[in-house]
Order: sequence, then structure tokens, then C-alpha cells
Amino acid sequence: MSGQPLIELRGLTKVYRLGETDVPVLQDITLTIREGTLLALMGPSGGGKSTLMNILGFLDTPSGGTYLLDGKDVSGLTANQRADLRNERIGFVFQNFNLLARTSALKNVLMPLEYAKTRRSARENRAWAESLLERVGLKERMDHTPAQMSGGQQQRVAIARALVNRPKILFADEPTGNLDSKTSEEVLRMFQELNEKEGLTIVLVTHSPEVGAFAKEAYHIKDGRVVGGTY
Amino acid sequence: MIFAQILSALISLKRNILRSLLTMLGIVIGVAVVITMMEIGAGASASVRESLANMGTNVLMIWPAATKTAGISSGSGGRMTLSEGDCDAIREECLAVEAVSPSLGRRGIQAIAGNLNWTPMTVYSGSVDYFTVQSWGLPESGRYFTAREVETAACVCVLGQTVRDELFPDTDPVGSDIRLNNVLFRVVGVLPKKGANMMGMDQDDVVIIPWKTMRNRLSRNGASAMGGAGGSSSSSSESSTDDVYPASSASTYPEKDSVQAENYILPVRFDNVDQITCSARTPEQVSDAIEQISAVLRRRHGIAPGQPDDFMIRDMTQMLKTMSGTSQLMTTLLLIVAMLSLVVGGVGIMNIMLVSVTERTREIGLRMAVGARGSRILSQFLTESVLLCLMGGCVGIGFGRLASMVISAVLGWPVKVSLSAILVSAGVAAAIGVIFGFYPAWRASRLNPIDALRHE
Repeated sequence: MSGQPLIELRGLTKVYRLGETDVPVLQDITLTIREGTLLALMGPSGGGKSTLMNILGFLDTPSGGTYLLDGKDVSGLTANQRADLRNERIGFVFQNFNLLARTSALKNVLMPLEYAKTRRSARENRAWAESLLERVGLKERMDHTPAQMSGGQQQRVAIARALVNRPKILFADEPTGNLDSKTSEEVLRMFQELNEKEGLTIVLVTHSPEVGAFAKEAYHIKDGRVVGGTY
Repeated sequence: MIFAQILSALISLKRNILRSLLTMLGIVIGVAVVITMMEIGAGASASVRESLANMGTNVLMIWPAATKTAGISSGSGGRMTLSEGDCDAIREECLAVEAVSPSLGRRGIQAIAGNLNWTPMTVYSGSVDYFTVQSWGLPESGRYFTAREVETAACVCVLGQTVRDELFPDTDPVGSDIRLNNVLFRVVGVLPKKGANMMGMDQDDVVIIPWKTMRNRLSRNGASAMGGAGGSSSSSSESSTDDVYPASSASTYPEKDSVQAENYILPVRFDNVDQITCSARTPEQVSDAIEQISAVLRRRHGIAPGQPDDFMIRDMTQMLKTMSGTSQLMTTLLLIVAMLSLVVGGVGIMNIMLVSVTERTREIGLRMAVGARGSRILSQFLTESVLLCLMGGCVGIGFGRLASMVISAVLGWPVKVSLSAILVSAGVAAAIGVIFGFYPAWRASRLNPIDALRHE
């Protein structure tokens, strides 16, 4: 169906400590994410899919098991190494957009570049950010602040921001959770387009089957386990 | 990158402009207080130092050492070891010495002008530099005597204000004549007012004459006539009217009367001076001056190492210590108060930075999610607090300067611009930014991005 395995999880577990008791959130997760796929992690709330996404996106560390990225074991990285990986390989789109208030769309998009290791000139960065905003259809609004934009526009700024570091994989956590159905569809179409035209690997985390329908493949997560999927 | 970071810190400070300004106010006030206090302190200590110098704390007196003949000690000044050459050598070789003058004081000399008479506390004598040594400043009227008048032992004198008031209550004495022990002197100038000294002695109750005049005309026995005992004994004999109106019958070859004798320059065998008075450049340099003078005099007097000095140097160390200690204490005290207010300002900074970190938890989480390392978050918040403090510091320096200018204008207090105060308070402001900004910044950098992103 798709290309090389980009991410492979082998028996991954995550345990949270709540006082005296250990609460297992993820148990024995084994899955493969191939390059160029549009994958949905589906399941009910509290099922562990957000935790899985956090681990996949290097925001969190697994308690056990193996995480292979491009065939390399990345389960035991330090915080700084994970920060660098997030910056270089991964883009995030959040349910509540998480844009910097009182900051223009363009500056929001440029923000991750502040932390990039490979530095380009400000002019180059600006041109790149503008082209991304153009791609998400907000070229005319790049000087607007989030407060002056609709939810759908804000989410598109967030997508442009996620793309600014030229990531290999994009994680979207309930990207349409705060949007009405019409703008949801627009945003999801945008994901599809990015996946098809740019070959970008995208992981959608959602509880809604309608969103899942846009994906090429899906994993169902329930009670911390992979309970099925469509490959 | 540093520039970009400063820029983004400025932007985020601008976002909460009122809060930033209020926070800055703590530092502004702190730094302004430091600047004002230090400038007032510097001004006060400068004026204390000036009055110390006026009081003669930088004055050194060099006396010949005592002799002991057949077990009887002569007391200090018994030997005649100091010479005019010593004076010149000290003037030329001792860098810490500001001015040097041979000097000799005598008490109990009666001054007579017209029908008024007065016995000044002391008649001092010295060279032209004597006025510098004793920091008399400029004469109130007339002039001080000249080097030529000193060389020629001219009968000229300068009056202190008390003497002037007693002898010339209504007129300007300059150009008038007075008699000191029946020797006629021309008044060339009047000293400025000095008031009483630390011991309560009236420093204006003096007459100053050239030292050669004192040695050759006022002291019959030359060098040994100094000191209280010599002065009083000679005064009792010399002011006796028997000398002026001799009772004995006239002889064919009239003897010189005492007036003629006083006016007659006695042949002097030795180039001795009784005492040398000199002043160090500053009260702090007194000990340097003593060292240098000792070295010069020991060399000139041919004293082998290990042998005792044939001279004594006296200074006012104790008084100096007390006085400069007091002003130092004041300055330190003021500085501590000012530093405390800076610390209070720093606590304000910490408080606001903590609030800011809490408020911006989501932003921190987002920045971490897009790949900011903890250290970058730390430096971002540190930059903000340091910038806040530095800007507050700059404004504070301005306000402090303004305040001290107002104080000096309104209250007339002496104020001295102190560059070190400005540099120190700028440094302290930056340090406070780092110290009090560190904990909030560190807390921000240790946030877990997942929790931070979920923070409401």
C-alpha cells in the first residue's frame, strides 16, 4: 500500500504512577507506520490514543518496549534529543490550535524556526512561511492575529506552522474537534491533499468515524491495546 | 540569535506593557535610590574629606628628636638637626607631600596697634608654603607674604580674624603697622575665618610672619626659642618697659636698646630650622608621606640602618581614622539600605516572572512541542527578566541623577556624580534579573510539554 516503514513499535507499554498504584495506559502496542500513509488512530476517549500519539511524537517516553524511527531505536532518548527530533522530524496540529495570541499568522508560522538547528536567512524563512500560508489559502490574512480569524482559519495557520520545519511526519490530535462540520471537511481535505501531493506521512488521532473515513488506514485503540484496524 | 531572543523578549514584555512597567518600577526605585544614596554619600564624604583637610588632618609635623645630657632629657626639639636643606629635599623628593614649610610658633607675644593691644594665642611663622600646608586658602584681604620677604626676613605679617577684630575693630588693617614685642611689622593681609579647631582652640587668634623673620628678629636665641616655655619666658622679659625706657644713665657710646637689638639681624651660624610642617596631598596619603619623609631625612642625616631617627614625625592619624571611619560608615549604611530596596525590587521581578510563566504555560508547552529545548525556554525567560531589570536600571539611573540634582538644588547638600555607582547599579540590576529571574525561568524550562499544552 505505502512505502518503507517509518515508525515501528514493538511491545510498547506506558505506565503512569498514581500514588501507590501503577495505571497501565498502553499495553503491548505493536504497530507500523509506513512512509506516505494517512493513518488514523481511533478509539474512545481515555483509550490511550493521545498517550500513544505523545509517545510517537516524542512528547513523552514509553515505559517499555521498542520504538524504531527509520529503523533506529529511539525509546531511550534524553529530553534534549527528543526536542531536537520534534523540531526536525515532526509537526503537530492540536485540537485547540495553540496559536500564540496577539501574534500575527506569519509570526506564528515562523515560530518553530527559532529553534531550528539549520539556520536560514530571515528573508528565506519568511518567503517559505508565506508560501506555506499561501498553500493553506491564507496569504491575504498573514498579518492577522488569531483573534481576527475563524476556527478553520486558525487551524490552517496551525497546519502551516506544523509544516514550516519540513517534517517527515505530521501528528494531528483531534484536529477537527473544535470545528464545525463544513470547516472540518476543509481541513481534512487539506490533510488528504498534503498526503497525496507532497507524500507527507500524517497521523490523525480522533474518536470520530467520520474523520477516520478520510484516512487510508486506521488503528483502533481501546483500553490501551490495539484492538483492530484497517490496513 | 541573541539579538532575535532580545527582540522576542521585548515583544512579549510589550504585550503586557502595564505589568512590565509596574514590575520595572521596583527596580527603577531601587536603582534610583542606589544612585541617589551613592551620589549623596560621595558628596558627603568629599565634603568630609575637605573639612578634614581644613582641620589639618593631612598635616605632618617634623621635630628634631630629644637629647639627653647627663641623664637630663631636653624634651622633643632639643637637638638642632633639621635644616632648610631638609625642607627643600622633602619638597622635591616626597611625592605624597603637597607642600612643606619650616615653621616655628611662639606664644605670649604682645601685638600693639595704636592704643590697642592683644596677645594672640600663637604667632606662627613659615615660608610662603605655610598657607598651603595649613590650608588657609586665599587671604580675605591683602596678600600673603612673598618668597622674597621670607628670604630677606622682612617685617611683614598676616593677621587672623580674631586679632584683626581686636586691633583694628573698624578699619582694614592692610598697610597698617603693628608691633610684635616692639618690633614693627607691616600688615600685608588678613586670613580667612577658620573658627575653632577640634580642641576648641580659636584658630583665628594668630599672627603669621615669615619664618626667617621669626628666627632672626623675634627670637633672640634663634632656633631654640620655640615652644611654650621658651615663648613665655622671653615674652616676660621682652615686654618689660625697663627695656624701652632704660633706667640707667646714658653713656658716651649709647648701648643698643632692645628695639634696635630686635631690629638688628643677628648673625646666624647654622641653617637650622626648629620644626618643619608639611601636608600630605590627601589625608589617605599621610602614611606614605611619613615613609617618604623618613627615608629622605635618614639619608640626609646619614643615619645608618638600625640607628634611631634623630627626628620625630607627628600626624593626626587617630583623628583622621575617626573622621574617615564615620563617613565610610555612613556611605556603607546608605548602600546597604539601597541594596535592600533593590532586593525588594528583585522579589517583585520574581513574583511577576512566576505569574508570567504560569500564564504562558500553554505557550511554553507549544514551544517545547515544536522543538524548543529546556535551555532555550530558560534563556528566553531569563532574557526577559534581565531586560526588564536593565531597562529599569537605566530609567532608575536617570531618576537617581535627577533626584540627586533636585536634592543638591533644593537642600544644598553636596552631591558628586559617581561613575562607579552608575556602573555598579547597572551591574546589580542585571544580576538581580538573573538571580530573581532564574527560578521562574528554571520552572518554565522543567515543564512537561504534555501537561503544559493541556494547561488551562
